[in-house]
Amino acid sequence: MSDPYPSSQGGAAVASPPAASTGDYYLPVGLPQPAPYPEGLAKEYWEATRRHELVVQRCDKCNVFQWGPEFLCYACHSWDLSYVQVSGRARIFSWERPWYPVHPALKEKLPYIVVLVELPDAGNVRMVGNLLGDPLQEVVIGAEVEAVFEDHNDVKTPFTLVQWRVV
Amino acid sequence: MSDLTIRGKTAIVGLGETRYYKRGAAPDPEFKLTLQAIMLAAEDAGIDVRDIDGFASYSNDRNDPPRIQSALGIKHVGFSNMFWGGGGGGGSGAVGNAAAAVAAGYCDIAVAYRGLAQGQFGRFGQGAAIPVAPGGMAFTAPYGLMSPAQMFAMRVNRFMHDHGVNQEALRAVALASYHHAQYNPNAVMHGRPLTEEDYDNSRWIVEPFHLFDCCQENDGAAAVIVTSAERAKDLKHKPAYILAAQQGSDYRQAAAAHNAPDYGTSNFKSLAPRLYKQAGLGPKEVDVLQSYENFTGGVMMSIVEHDFCKPDEVNDFFQLDNFRFDGGKLPLNTSGGNLAECYMHGLELITEAVRQIRGTAPCQLEKEVNISMVTSGPMVQPVSNLILSREAKP
Ligand SMILES: [Zn+2]
Repeated sequence: MSDPYPSSQGGAAVASPPAASTGDYYLPVGLPQPAPYPEGLAKEYWEATRRHELVVQRCDKCNVFQWGPEFLCYACHSWDLSYVQVSGRARIFSWERPWYPVHPALKEKLPYIVVLVELPDAGNVRMVGNLLGDPLQEVVIGAEVEAVFEDHNDVKTPFTLVQWRVV
Repeated sequence: MSDLTIRGKTAIVGLGETRYYKRGAAPDPEFKLTLQAIMLAAEDAGIDVRDIDGFASYSNDRNDPPRIQSALGIKHVGFSNMFWGGGGGGGSGAVGNAAAAVAAGYCDIAVAYRGLAQGQFGRFGQGAAIPVAPGGMAFTAPYGLMSPAQMFAMRVNRFMHDHGVNQEALRAVALASYHHAQYNPNAVMHGRPLTEEDYDNSRWIVEPFHLFDCCQENDGAAAVIVTSAERAKDLKHKPAYILAAQQGSDYRQAAAAHNAPDYGTSNFKSLAPRLYKQAGLGPKEVDVLQSYENFTGGVMMSIVEHDFCKPDEVNDFFQLDNFRFDGGKLPLNTSGGNLAECYMHGLELITEAVRQIRGTAPCQLEKEVNISMVTSGPMVQPVSNLILSREAKP
């Protein structure tokens, strides 16, 4: 069976989606910063976002995509899993618009939109992010979106968030 | 599913509740409130509190059985148990575990309890003030998805999208709780009725949840005493026999970053049929339902998944008139529940389910209540549910 999903380690290149300009954040600074699991399970994912690549865990044995990451494949129990790069194209699966500041940093930025997107070229695994643009825009479930990499370079441990915008 | 069962072998025989307070308003610390509730429950049952030899709680309750045992001077404890998971998922589960322990002979008299002082300890409704979000939280918290309301709003939104559900369906759940709280002097929202206009005009917390779709945050403690069906016959009150109690979670519901394959669900799809099978009855036999309201949308999906109505009938079925204690098809949250009585993490739903069997509820149904049901903790993992009965073997 041919492999339509090249590995991020040396596979065929997948065009990197566009990047948001540095310092241009959807949500204010001060929210908790992402860290890999204590065991390091998501380390490769967060490293890939720094290169503006979107990667997902996939089972080497049965090719099932798995997200969030885990030590073994839920489908076949293989321990051999790799991170593979995916296109960054997705569909909105669900969404919500928070109006209440659950964190002090959010008081200046209300409302905002959180989307849950599914990735058709990665077994429809889902990712959470913000929907860029007007926070009051109408959000359509099923709408096509693309990943946008939001670099946070002006912190002690720089990181990159994966945001989404309607195509 | 195993044929071994606790069906009809145990009963709830005692109820204890402290006064219910607004968050931060309790005059006493959480542990003291917990002791008070347990002592009140023993008194209500007509037993010596020192005869309690089993403890069951949930949601990482801070009030541990060894300290309670020492404080009360109990000679021997044969069972002490914590139901895994957060939210109110373990309310019915703690009762079920208490019943299982009694039926299996670990203890003779068990108490299921919950103490909660969000004033003394942290609030549920705020995101954790942490600089770094590790593990699964890394995929949500940096995007401003941190509170329980935000964790569940997208599940509800997807269900509403799939089944064309209107906002008025969620409103009906809130109206039912507030309607019943007006008859219940113990309810924190007693004397504060809610109209359709109040609901519609209330601020959004997170779309699709208005303020009134969200549970309160409260202080207090509650406890229920469970013992064998034989022993229950000789105690003060009419026993509420435990006909069925189930607990658990559907396939990969806790997958990180909102990857549960079945997403728009309350997580009761596999539990509900097991509960009815164990009880030997179906939803038509249920006289009154207490359904845990972390958020109204979770109640909606719980009711659907327990087969009280089909997903595509929600807009028609979810009307205040169907949920009223006085003549509704499915009297719902008849004390005011988490929304309007008190957020005692759903243990107050168990005490109300028992009162309906006893015939002592402020919103007592006019007809005799034979079957009284509770669903605990929609959308969390694991969840649990419970069927109580007037007869041990109906
Ligand atoms: Zn596999």
